Amino acid sequence: MDLKTRALTKSIWVFHVSAGSCNNCDIEILDCFTPRFDVERFGIQLVGSVRHADALLITGAMNRKAVPRMKKIYAQAPKPCVVVAVGQCALSQHMFRDSYNVGEPLDKILPVDLYVPGCPPKPEAIIAGIVKLVNKIRNKK
Amino acid sequence: MKSLFYYLIFPGFLFSASIGLFAGWVDRKITARIQWRRGPPWHQNFTDILKLLGKEVIVPQGAKTTFLLSPYLGLLSLALVAKFLGESILFPLQGFAGDLIVVLYLLTIPAIAMVVGASASGNPLASVGASREMKLVLAYELPFILSVIAVIIKSGGAIQLGEILNHQINFGSNIASASGLLAFFTAIFCMQAKLGFVPFDASEAEQEIMAGVLIEYSGLPLAIFKLTKAIMLYVMPLFMIVLFLGKDLNPFFLIGKYIAILIIIILLKNTNPRLRIDQALRFFWGAPALLAIIAIALALFGL
Repeated sequence: MDLKTRALTKSIWVFHVSAGSCNNCDIEILDCFTPRFDVERFGIQLVGSVRHADALLITGAMNRKAVPRMKKIYAQAPKPCVVVAVGQCALSQHMFRDSYNVGEPLDKILPVDLYVPGCPPKPEAIIAGIVKLVNKIRNKK
Repeated sequence: MKSLFYYLIFPGFLFSASIGLFAGWVDRKITARIQWRRGPPWHQNFTDILKLLGKEVIVPQGAKTTFLLSPYLGLLSLALVAKFLGESILFPLQGFAGDLIVVLYLLTIPAIAMVVGASASGNPLASVGASREMKLVLAYELPFILSVIAVIIKSGGAIQLGEILNHQINFGSNIASASGLLAFFTAIFCMQAKLGFVPFDASEAEQEIMAGVLIEYSGLPLAIFKLTKAIMLYVMPLFMIVLFLGKDLNPFFLIGKYIAILIIIILLKNTNPRLRIDQALRFFWGAPALLAIIAIALALFGL
């Protein structure tokens, strides 16, 4: 494992994208940064600009309005950048699957590296997912 | 050759950047403890910089060349400040007349570099951040320079860092006098604004304008801006020490004073909400400016 990968996995800056979610997963993501879970221990930080991001946390069912914006945001992120789908909606569009306003699911649009299921997923589940992703990145290179 | 060593390695760039990054970790750790969290490991800020060096650099469409040049401008000038301050502490009598004024000018350049870089990026949120940064510079420079003038009068008109230190070694620290105390009080607030910390971080407000001036930066230029911030966190407390607390400067006391000022900064940061830019402007041109003027008057009477 080279230094670059090591530094990348030790300091993941997260950009949070909501693609038409019900705000429940978003609250659970914010819970990860509260004193009880405190992911800053692992160097994970929430950043305001997508240009600083190492990981995109995407929530929501990807409605038709969100799809072009999601592609744009992914293009704006500096690579290497991982995509994390948080919540059942981002995974499979959940109860909105045959709805009139949703298009394709997220993994048909962007290369998703990690799926965190749950409606909403617990903060523990999100952290466990991030740990698995970190291990995957480290073993791959 | 020797001055190049001073500039690049010992009191200059490398040393000040390491101390600054470490101080940045102290800030994050204490903030975390105040919020009842664990906080990151000690090498976190070094890892962040290292990671940013390995990321892709994106130059937005329509950005000017100054977009990539301005980060270096801020970093180079601050490294020069670190060299001047370090040399004035190591060899007080070797400076040149007027290096205090040079340092004052160089300390404004990082803010200007940020404004230039943000304006060159062509992002609307960055331009909001840039305009706030400019207003903030206008706001804090007045009381800051007034308090420095109080120190100059107090040290018998010396405009050389070494002479100010010598005066304090002979006649006691500036902070021990009434005028020095008032000027120090003013300068603490100005330092907070120069560092871009809460309550004066409106130009980089993450929650409202998404990192403001830094919004379009990624990879290497962003790392350089972070390094500039880190060196600022080393340079500003050191400047305070040279101006106000210059009595005992053996390494033990120096580190103690640095940590004391760092803790003042961190506590101010953690116990205040963010001020709107107009509130910051009104604040700086109100009480601190008045206090600094009183400090100058007191210094003229020799108090």
